[in-house]
Amino acid sequence: MFKFEKLVFGDLGWGDEFLFATLMTITVSILSMGLGLCLAIITVWAKLITNKITRLIANFYTTVVRGVPELLVIYLIFFGGNSVVMSVAKLFGYNGYIELNALTIGTIAIAFISATYSSEVLRAAYLAVNKGQVEAAKALGLSKLQIFFRVMGPQILRHALPGIGNVWQITLKDTSLISVTGLVEIMRQTRIASNVEHSPLTFLVTAAFLYLFLTTFSGKFFKVLELNYSKGYN
Amino acid sequence: MEYILEYLNQSLLFRNFIEVLLGLDNTLLLLIISLPVGFILSLIFAIGRVSKNKLISKTIASYIFIIRGTPLLVQIYLIYFGLGSIVYIRESFLWYLLREPFWCGVLALTINTVAYGSEIFRGGIQSVTKGQIESGLSLGFSKLMLLRKVILPIALRKVLPSYGNELILMVKATSLVSLTTYMEMTGIARKIMAKTFAPVEAFIAAGILYLFLNFLMVQFVKYLEWKYNPHLRLSQN
Repeated sequence: MFKFEKLVFGDLGWGDEFLFATLMTITVSILSMGLGLCLAIITVWAKLITNKITRLIANFYTTVVRGVPELLVIYLIFFGGNSVVMSVAKLFGYNGYIELNALTIGTIAIAFISATYSSEVLRAAYLAVNKGQVEAAKALGLSKLQIFFRVMGPQILRHALPGIGNVWQITLKDTSLISVTGLVEIMRQTRIASNVEHSPLTFLVTAAFLYLFLTTFSGKFFKVLELNYSKGYN
Repeated sequence: MEYILEYLNQSLLFRNFIEVLLGLDNTLLLLIISLPVGFILSLIFAIGRVSKNKLISKTIASYIFIIRGTPLLVQIYLIYFGLGSIVYIRESFLWYLLREPFWCGVLALTINTVAYGSEIFRGGIQSVTKGQIESGLSLGFSKLMLLRKVILPIALRKVLPSYGNELILMVKATSLVSLTTYMEMTGIARKIMAKTFAPVEAFIAAGILYLFLNFLMVQFVKYLEWKYNPHLRLSQN
């Protein structure tokens, strides 16, 4: 049933393939988490400034993407993304065929999903920082940038870290869905290996253990970070 | 009127919408079985999780740890492809259920939601203040009565918002069952895309239906919150 000999490194087993697949999963997770955080910052900014139109767009984006299955978002961006990019290129006078690779598409799709979650986390963290802090900083004559990087930023980070940790776990698990785009990460590698070896159980259990390993250790990492960032409070 | 109908008939989005709508019952079937079963099992697991018996609470804790640490897709594949590859299961009566992608989907969704749900309910149960339990005990309630009349009503209405989140996640999770050849809304949208080569129209049609389904779910949870939290209602005047 469970064939350990299929998991050795080298030509006889799938160990090294799975190692690369795991690295790919980590890469996609980190890239999409980073891109997602950037998107989230823009979304939060659009929600917090007093402009009805930007707020409407940001709310529409978060409501729709959170109300639709992740798989559907990935399908839409994977199959529809190319035609969008090509039509944009046409505007600039390029008529050739453009195909984005699976890594780019997958990263963008997951980032779109994870940004909706992180934007809520960041918004709550922003609102949790006491308004008096900004006023005090203003009274000290700090510039807007200084206020953001020296006063608001560190405090937002501290409030947001537990939530960001949760979003990271969700993002890490969502990367399993971009196996449908053909990108060889853990899930895709599992399907390939089990089709070749006719032993799905072996590789699926391996995949489950790999994901468990990744989520557990990144959870520990975020715990350490949280402790580090709330030093002044314990 | 006829003109509008004619126009709609020619619109790809509208035709896709009707076609995807035919898959709505398959999506709902998954939910109708896995949500109530998941709810009841979550409650039982949450009670077991806070019990003083170390064996029970540790077993449930590790179950929750494993399910929450792995993606749902792995769980669905493990049940659909993994269990099916075990000869022993294929020869037993379980095979009548596990060879159907529908029952595999229901099983995976239930296992998944129980792990998340029981963690939510545990939070609710542990948030019941000691004084309330003590006053229940001093009134001579038995353990079961205490659970039924004091702990669960207080815990359940407190966790309604977070359990509502879990319900919405479940609606979204049903789309993953389409990867085991089960034809629910996402599967049909995928098929339409393969047939018409128009991905955007196909997936937007399915997306609108999921949004609508989630909208209904949000309203349902809001109603429950309103009904079971009368002390939090705003006064009418």
